[in-house]
Amino acid sequence: MLDTLRTLFLTALHAFHRRATVRYPEQKPYLPPRYRGRIILSRDPDGAERCVACSLCAVACPVDCISLQKTEADGRWYPEYFRINFSRCIFCGLCEEACPTYAIQLTPDFEMGEYARSSLVYEKEDLLISGTGKYPDYSFYAVAGIPVPGKARGMAERERPPVDLHSLLP
Amino acid sequence: MTYPVILTIVLMPVVLLGLATVLTWVERRLLGLWQDRHGPDRVGPGGMLQAVADGTKILFKQDWVPPFADRGVFVAAPAIGMMAVLLSFAVIPVTAHAGIAGDMNVGLLFILGMMGVGVYAVVLAGWSSNSKYALLGGMRAAAQMISYEVFMGLSLLGVVMMTGSFSLRDIVAAQAGLWFIVPQCLGFGVFMLAGIAETHRLPFDLPEGENELGAGFHTEYSGMKFGMFFIAEYAGIVLVSCLVTTLYLGGWRGPWLPAGVWFALKTCGVVVFFILLRASLPRPRYDQLMALGWKVLLPLSLFNVMATGTILMLRASL
Ligand code: SF4
Ligand code: SF4
Repeated sequence: MLDTLRTLFLTALHAFHRRATVRYPEQKPYLPPRYRGRIILSRDPDGAERCVACSLCAVACPVDCISLQKTEADGRWYPEYFRINFSRCIFCGLCEEACPTYAIQLTPDFEMGEYARSSLVYEKEDLLISGTGKYPDYSFYAVAGIPVPGKARGMAERERPPVDLHSLLP
Repeated sequence: MTYPVILTIVLMPVVLLGLATVLTWVERRLLGLWQDRHGPDRVGPGGMLQAVADGTKILFKQDWVPPFADRGVFVAAPAIGMMAVLLSFAVIPVTAHAGIAGDMNVGLLFILGMMGVGVYAVVLAGWSSNSKYALLGGMRAAAQMISYEVFMGLSLLGVVMMTGSFSLRDIVAAQAGLWFIVPQCLGFGVFMLAGIAETHRLPFDLPEGENELGAGFHTEYSGMKFGMFFIAEYAGIVLVSCLVTTLYLGGWRGPWLPAGVWFALKTCGVVVFFILLRASLPRPRYDQLMALGWKVLLPLSLFNVMATGTILMLRASL
């Protein structure tokens, strides 16, 4: 009996406690920078697309929601189209981990509601941003050993010139 | 019949239904308050129009009668429940003059009778739904409400003995000096518990215990028929609160403020207490509920009747 009254009293006291609710649309919750939300495709510091259409992200995706086609231009690879179906994406972040060029990144934004399911299919134009995302200084072709126009073999950062197999000198 | 009485008869159901609808919002806000949340506060100022939004929604829901149900009884059950509750309000004296039939010389018996009719609504709903959960809920409701009606009647006997009348207005008049909650504190406790059980409110809402029975006796109901059960339940809370106010808290009596305001204030206080009970207490097991009724409340209320009678007799013989 006394226990019951005590329970009632303690419950009534909760009227003066702080509310646990985050009043969402007016009051935004804090999202850490590495929150896994809407996916973007980022660019190099010099403005070129980072994605090299290697398809590793599409292979890593557990729900197969990335679809892309490779094309070549100016001696390097690009995605001809790059499509993410966000109605299937589970925002696991495996694509970001698989990407060798830091091109695909997840951002702290989740407000993607749509009325039609088909509007959740994002094309390359919807995904591509003009900045570098989380890695401001990273440029894949500047560090990779692959030759592209303007950069021959051995000219990448921290890369030695290739060994001349025909020479006997050390 | 005089003109104001007819006006009251027309107005009373309208006010009551509105009150019961608003009460659904008040309850959710209060539950939120005691659970460190906000509750529904988006529709209208402070969420006040939430009840309107819910009502509109439920009006447009499909009103589905399952093909396996006993159609006639199925449709009649919510109407019976609503009617029983609304009719009971006829004998509640709001003030010394307002109210429809506050002077009725069997007012209290009439209310007990109407509560007996209210049991039919729940039992018939459970029976005619022709489904397992609904039937279990209906059976529980029958056992719970019929047994708690016994203690309710017995706990009221003390009040009737002290007043010497079944008329609710006489009962309030007899509380001029001292409210009956003091001399009849045992009866008050039993009546409160029985009142919760009668309105099958939490923590005694076993007929509709969500975790084991779906929604209990109204599992198969939808649309406005469900809405009627819902509103009847809230009107039932108002009814029991009005009764507690009238029988134990001195009705419309109080200093300074007008009589009707005092009545409304006291009733609101009891309603809030009902909601606080819901916010804090867990639901007992079914056998615990029955054991509490027959092993604790029955002896208590009998003792109350005996003690009251003895004291009254001693006082009369002095
Ligand atoms: S976040 Fe996961 S599910 Fe979404 S595209 Fe990337 S790998 Fe696929
Ligand atoms: S986003 Fe990354 S992993 Fe996916 S195709 Fe482009 S470079 Fe490869």
